[in-house]
Amino acid sequence: MSAPVSTLKLENPPEVLAREPLVLNQRSPGWISDAIAGVSEGKTPVWWKISFGISITMMTVCFSLITYLISTGVGVWGLGHPVMWGWAIVNFVWWIGIGHAGTLISAILFLLRQRWRTAVNRAAEAMTIFAVMCAGIYPLIHVGRVWFGWWLFPLPNSQGIWPQFRSPLMWDVFAVSTYFTVSLLFWYMGLIPDLAVMRDRAKNKLRKFGYGLFSLGWTGSNRHWSNYEKAYLILAGLSTPLVLSVHSIVSLDFAVSQLPGWHTTIFPPYFVAGAVFSGFGLVLTLLIPIRKIYHLEDIITLRHIDLMCKVILATGSIVGYAYGMEFFIAWYGGNPYERFTFINRAFGPYWWGYWIMISCNVLVPQFFWIKPFRRNILLVWFLSILVNIGMWFERFEIVVTSLNREFLPSNWGYYAPTWVDLLTYLGTFGLFFTFFLLFLRFLPIIAIAEVKAITPQADPHHPLGGATGGHH
Amino acid sequence: MAEVLTTDSMAAPYGIVAEFDTPAATMHAAEMIRDSGFKRWDVFTPYPVHGMDEAMGMRSSRVGWFSFIGGVTGYTTGMIMIWWMNAIDYPIVIGGKPMFSPMSAFPPSYELTILLGSFGALFGMLFMNRLPRLHHPLLKYGRFKQATHDKFFVVVETSDPKYSAVETRRLLESAGSKNIEVVEE
Repeated sequence: MSAPVSTLKLENPPEVLAREPLVLNQRSPGWISDAIAGVSEGKTPVWWKISFGISITMMTVCFSLITYLISTGVGVWGLGHPVMWGWAIVNFVWWIGIGHAGTLISAILFLLRQRWRTAVNRAAEAMTIFAVMCAGIYPLIHVGRVWFGWWLFPLPNSQGIWPQFRSPLMWDVFAVSTYFTVSLLFWYMGLIPDLAVMRDRAKNKLRKFGYGLFSLGWTGSNRHWSNYEKAYLILAGLSTPLVLSVHSIVSLDFAVSQLPGWHTTIFPPYFVAGAVFSGFGLVLTLLIPIRKIYHLEDIITLRHIDLMCKVILATGSIVGYAYGMEFFIAWYGGNPYERFTFINRAFGPYWWGYWIMISCNVLVPQFFWIKPFRRNILLVWFLSILVNIGMWFERFEIVVTSLNREFLPSNWGYYAPTWVDLLTYLGTFGLFFTFFLLFLRFLPIIAIAEVKAITPQADPHHPLGGATGGHH
Repeated sequence: MAEVLTTDSMAAPYGIVAEFDTPAATMHAAEMIRDSGFKRWDVFTPYPVHGMDEAMGMRSSRVGWFSFIGGVTGYTTGMIMIWWMNAIDYPIVIGGKPMFSPMSAFPPSYELTILLGSFGALFGMLFMNRLPRLHHPLLKYGRFKQATHDKFFVVVETSDPKYSAVETRRLLESAGSKNIEVVEE
C-alpha cells in the first residue's frame, strides 16, 4: 500500500488566498481507500454489537405495537375527536423531513459545485433512505383499516372506482414513493465504484462474491466513468426539483384544506426549509460520533462541521422568519378564526410545545453566527439534537393546535398520546438505527472515489498529481 | 470473482496493460495513444480524472437521451392515467371540481417524470457501459486490483487494427510506464 502521507513539499499560497483543504494532512488516494474501506473490514466492534442489539429490540417493539394496533384498532392511540391527526402524522412529517438533508447534500450541493459534500453525502443519503422508510410506515398504519392500504395505489376498488387524484393525499403517495425510489437509485449508483473498491480488497470468498455481485463488474474504465458522471449529473438534476417538491407536497396535505392554521400559502417553502434544517441536525448528530469512532477526522474535518452549521443557521433563520410571518398574516389577514388559532398555538393549552419549538428552532441556530461555537464539536452535537427536538414540536404544533380548538367551542378537546403512540415512535428509531448500523458495518460509509477525486493528488494539473509544468 | 491468473499458454491475449502512478502521466499516455490512431483502448482510473475524456478523444456521453425518454414517458403516463381514471372510466363529482384539470394532475405526473427519468439515467448508464457483467479479462490480472486503489492503467486491446506486440509496447514505454504486461482473454 502507498505511503500514508505524501512527502512532496509545496509552496504555500499567500496567507489571504489560503483555503482550508478538504482532506487534511495531504492524505493520498491510497490512504483514503484504506481509511474508509477499513471501517467495514476487521473485527466487529463491541459498541456496534451492543447498539445493534438495542436497535433490534426497539425495532421489534415497533413492529409488535403495529401488530397490536392493527389487531385491536386505532383506539389504542390517543386519537379522537376533534384531533383526528395525531402523532402518526407528526412522526411521518418529521421523519420525511429528516431525509431532505441527504438529498440536498447529494443533489443540490453537487449542482452548486460544493466539493465538501463528498465527505458527508454517502452517510447522509443512507440516512435519507432509512428515514423515509420510518416515515413510510405511518401513512399506512394510520388509515385504521390497513388491509385497505392498496386503495392508495392507482388500482380500481371492488366497485370499479379509482383513487381521486384531485386530493393532495394522492399526490403525497406519488411524491413519497418516488422520493424513496430515486434516493435509493442515487445512493446505489454512487456506491457502485466503491463496492468495486471493497471487492478488490476483499479477503474472503463471501465478501468477494457479495461486493463483486453488487459492483456489477465495475472496472474503473474511463469510458464508463464518462457515462457514469453524466448519469450522476442527471440524477442530481432530477433529485433537486424532487426534494423541493416532496416536502412541498407534504405541506399541501395541510395547506389545501380549509382549516385555519393549515390553509396558508407559506407552507411549501416553509416546510422545505424546516426539512433541510432538521435533516442537517440529524446528519451532525450521526456524523460527529462516527468521525471520532472511526478516526476519519482528516476526511470529515472541522471545516465540514462548520459549513453544515452554517446551513443550519440559514435554514433555521428561514424557519424563524416563517413563524413570524405566519403570525403577522394571522393578524393582518383579519380573519378572526385564523387569529384565534395562532393565539391558541402560542398561549393555549399547548403553549409549552410552541415555546420549545421557538427556543430550539429560532434561538438555538443563532449560536452558529459565532465561529468558535461552530467548531466546538460537543456544543454542535448537543445543539444538533435540540434542532430535531424543536422540529418535532413544530410538526406537533401544526397538526394538533390547528385541530384541538376549531370553530365551535363545543367541539374543543385536548389530545394526549398513549403509551402505544410513544413506544411506536421510539421503535421507529430502532428501525432507523438497525439499518444505519448495518450500513456502517458493511458498506463504504464515505464516497471513496469522490473523496479521492477532490484531492490535489487527483488533479493532473497539480504538482501532487504528477504535473511537471510543461504542456501535457 | 478474481481467479488466479491462468497459466494456460493456449489462451489468447486480450490486451497490453501499462501501469502509471499519477493522473498526469496517465493523461499524457492517453494523448499519445489517441494521437497514434488507436480505436479499441481504454484508461482505468480509481476516480474520474478531469480532462481525461478530451485526452482520449471521446464524445460527450449520450446517457441523457435515456433519461429524457424516461421523463417524457413518465409525464405523459401520469397525465393520461389520471385523465382516463377520473374523467373517463369512472367520473365522480368531488367538491364541484372539474373531472380533469392539468393543475391537480400535475404533481403526480411531475413525480412520475422524475421517477422514470431517474430510471432512464441509471439503466441508460448501465446499458451504455454494458454492465452488469460477471467477468472481465482484466479482473483476473492481480495488479489490476490497484485500479480501484491508487494506480492508473492504459490498456490497448489486441483486437485493435493498429495493435502490434512490439510497437505498442514501445509506445507505452516511451509514455513512461514502468510496468507493462500482456493480459490473456
